[in-house]
Amino acid sequence: MFEIFGIPSQALFGQLLIGLINGSFYALLSLGLAVIFGMLNIINFTHGAQYMLGAFAAFFLLQYAGLGYWWSLVLAPVLVGIAGIIIERLFLQWLYKLDHLYGLLLTFGLALIIEGTFRNFFGSSGLPYSVPSELTGGQNLGFMFLPNYRAWVVLFSLAVCLGTWFIIERTKLGSYLRAATENPALVRAFGINVPRMITLTYGFGVALAALAGVMAAPIYNVSPQMGSNLIIVVFAVVVIGGMGSIMGAIVTGFGLGLIEGLTKVFFPEASNTVIFIIMAIVLLIRPAGLFGRRA
Amino acid sequence: MQRAAKSLAPAATRSRSEAIAFVIMLAVLIVTPLFTYPVFLMKALCFALFACAFNLLVGYVGLLSFGHALFFGWAGYACAHLAKVGTISLPYPAFMPGLSWQWLVIQLPSLFQHPEFAILGATLFAAALGLIVGALAIRRQGIYFSMITLALAQMMYFFAVQAPFTHGEDGIQAVPRGKLFGLFDLAEQRNMYITVLLIFLGCFLLIYRIINSPFGEVLKAIRENEARAISLGYKTDRYKLLAFVLSATFAGIAGATKALVFQLASLTDVDWPMSGEVILMTLVGGLGTLFGPVAGAFFIDALENYLSQFGQWVLVVQGVIFVACVLLFRRGFVGEIARLLRVKL
Amino acid sequence: MKGIIGVAVLATLLMGASAQAQTNIKIGVMSDMSSLYSDIGGPGSVAAAKLAIADFTANHKDVKVDLVSADHQNKPDVGSSIVNQWFDVDNVDLIVDVPNSGVALAVSEIARQKNKVFIVSGAAASDLTGPKCNANTIHWTYDTWMLANGTGKALVKTGGDTWFFLTADYAFGHALERDTAAAVEASGGKVLGKVRHPLNTNDFSSFLLQAQSSKAKIIGLANAGGDTINSIKQGAEFGITKGGQKFAGLLVFASDVVALGLPTAQGLTLTETWYWDANDANRTWTKRWQGERPGKFPTMVQAGVYSGVTHYLKAAAALKSASDGKATVAKMKEMPTDDPLFGKGTIRADGRKIHDAYLYEVKTPAESKHPGDIYTLRATIPAAEAFRPLKEGGCPLVSG
Repeated sequence: MFEIFGIPSQALFGQLLIGLINGSFYALLSLGLAVIFGMLNIINFTHGAQYMLGAFAAFFLLQYAGLGYWWSLVLAPVLVGIAGIIIERLFLQWLYKLDHLYGLLLTFGLALIIEGTFRNFFGSSGLPYSVPSELTGGQNLGFMFLPNYRAWVVLFSLAVCLGTWFIIERTKLGSYLRAATENPALVRAFGINVPRMITLTYGFGVALAALAGVMAAPIYNVSPQMGSNLIIVVFAVVVIGGMGSIMGAIVTGFGLGLIEGLTKVFFPEASNTVIFIIMAIVLLIRPAGLFGRRA
Repeated sequence: MQRAAKSLAPAATRSRSEAIAFVIMLAVLIVTPLFTYPVFLMKALCFALFACAFNLLVGYVGLLSFGHALFFGWAGYACAHLAKVGTISLPYPAFMPGLSWQWLVIQLPSLFQHPEFAILGATLFAAALGLIVGALAIRRQGIYFSMITLALAQMMYFFAVQAPFTHGEDGIQAVPRGKLFGLFDLAEQRNMYITVLLIFLGCFLLIYRIINSPFGEVLKAIRENEARAISLGYKTDRYKLLAFVLSATFAGIAGATKALVFQLASLTDVDWPMSGEVILMTLVGGLGTLFGPVAGAFFIDALENYLSQFGQWVLVVQGVIFVACVLLFRRGFVGEIARLLRVKL
Repeated sequence: MKGIIGVAVLATLLMGASAQAQTNIKIGVMSDMSSLYSDIGGPGSVAAAKLAIADFTANHKDVKVDLVSADHQNKPDVGSSIVNQWFDVDNVDLIVDVPNSGVALAVSEIARQKNKVFIVSGAAASDLTGPKCNANTIHWTYDTWMLANGTGKALVKTGGDTWFFLTADYAFGHALERDTAAAVEASGGKVLGKVRHPLNTNDFSSFLLQAQSSKAKIIGLANAGGDTINSIKQGAEFGITKGGQKFAGLLVFASDVVALGLPTAQGLTLTETWYWDANDANRTWTKRWQGERPGKFPTMVQAGVYSGVTHYLKAAAALKSASDGKATVAKMKEMPTDDPLFGKGTIRADGRKIHDAYLYEVKTPAESKHPGDIYTLRATIPAAEAFRPLKEGGCPLVSG
């Protein structure tokens, strides 16, 4: 047992592990945002509300259909993804030709509508949702008690992140998608249905947000404002990572979790400002983000 | 950003329409306090000025700042603090056990607690903030510019939550309105209203002058095509920075005045939903039009007032307006009217 | 909404009103209708006020009461502009509720300036009866001092003598932590450590880890709302209670416990001044209240609105007018209070309403027999001890 800056090493490792777990959460959340911006050039401010919808969908599935967590992991993203597709067809498709800041304003408005409506019907205290019985309890690792659910979060997030990265960067489907973003006219000339790809990609990004929501439901308070609290942090992660880069979002998400974990130990009052300081610094030195492609 | 409605009328008609609109606005503002609650009007005027300041940046230079509440709210704090306590507190980091902020407090002579000095002090403060934030943010374009402003605004928000002189959630309360120039007691609603109106009109005319000047033309050129402006030899960064500082300064005046009207300064004014609200007001009124932000501010304030009875629907209605404006009324009220009448507003 | 209420009340009264010597009173319920505190106060407070008015005017036909309500959205400037308008234009005599100390302080000042009455039920700041007290404001239901002392002292007495604080890093959190630490140490307990987290933190795991390693018997949550809920929810995940430590919620309402669910919240100790299931009178009233708010249970804040409005109406009716705020408040302090919900009590010179406080522990799911059955009574703190002694507040109205 040795001490680093006055904190016993045991406690520090515990905090780092927790930081990693939080990082996996940030990574999962920013993944959807990075996919949507990277592929579609849309800044999806509704992401936080869609994350909230995922958590609420899990609650409803449990409450009214008796379907537990494992079902929700699959169904909730599908349901919310479909809602996302409807949004894209109804609203977003008219904005592609305009400055992408209009997309941001529109999705911001949509986020307000969704959050406001849910607040009206569900109040703001939140709804109960518990950890699935298979994952309760935890392991005593010596330097800390690690709840099983958190271990699951890390592993599953990692799997989803790497899976998504693989699909987009290494498969044929992914290459069509990337080509369609860079030169839609040309790709269309090859006979590929570009608008449909865009719609499905948006749906996929939204589904990722909802998936993060389902994963959050057992541990974070399920309330209408759960999304708006996180959305700005997630934006910061994506901006730091590079707005077009999937790997950037993943790496930054994990990295940020670690840095935040360290800050919580040494200077806890600043733990929610550190992300913005880093974002400002990164944007000034490397405007395209750490892994970004566009300047 | 979407350019303002291009007018097809000859030059004389253009500024004549603006003059007519100005006279109408003036008449309305003089008459309405007689039968509308003046505190509501004063609030709307402060927000109208804030929206005009914001519009200067987004409508005429094309820079969408997500953190304008920073200047608005912090100027409010500065004004409230000067009027009530009359000191300047400078923070410096200190390494007592653990990193923390310490404060160097300079007591000002009580002269500085007069409202005109409080507003002036707050304005200078806002200008200084604008310079710092602008210098950092201007270096990037588009969405990155917006994100930097958001990040810096959020940092200052968290700072406001913790700094002792802002009293966190309670805010600075019971701010005395004082006597303007030692003569006019601003506790009288009528005097306060006249003061706010004069401040608003003065700043409005200043903004008009800025927009319709060689400087303003360069700003518009930067909005249309920055590369071309650079190729013509303009140092666009300096122009953008100056525009940013001016925008921040006017936003600061608006915030400081509002602090005196309500006699309090609170966290709401520095939080990012406030930045969102000013974007909404400008969008609804009409980006890049002169009177758009004014109309937008009055409309949104009236709407919120009306909706406070049905409190639960405020967020939803705001969201619906955002969506409707972006999809259908991209030019905003005033912009659409200007286009229909083929005049410049 | 206000139109319908006004007409309904008017219609009810017209049926039995006598033509002369009518006292006209207008009451405004200002609360948070749409965000953090909407379940704690909100529309439920409006329902409570309506019941108070209906009950009172049933026996006093010469009093006509109108009710309006508004949402301050937790913003002091929205709150103060509504209140200004209500006082100046709409002739409102009484403002009641206002959860959110920042707004409450602003409203208190305006009520003083315009000589109206303000009964605070929702806000917690003990400054309202301390340095910021005035002759127009009455603080009902609870305050931070009572919460800190109630929970702190009572827990130390029952064996929870080592504490670790999880504090929200802003003025309210600091005040709560400071007051509770003082109460704990005065009763012979020890504070082993504390950690400050930013407001609206999502993830408490690292702070909980620090709390766990301190091995304190009680983890005091000097935070509120979503922060408290998250702390408790994640505490359950990390096995805090299984490890023998207990959570003490320093500002927890029944609605928060319901949001957490009993499996997560069980064992949590907290102090409240009213619980719907405590006795028959409360239960009967709750059934009537649920007519307007089906599926929900009233909180102590909403009960406080009922109680406060009832006492106000008694005082205003006795004076035959509501126009002089100071006089009405003086009358309220002169008359002892008595209503079905809070029983008998008094209002002190500094505007503090005095009544008993109760230390509750959240039941386990097995112990809960019906929806809303969430608390077991652990201790009663008599009124004389529950609130800060009169002389210690620093209120200018208190002489000596």
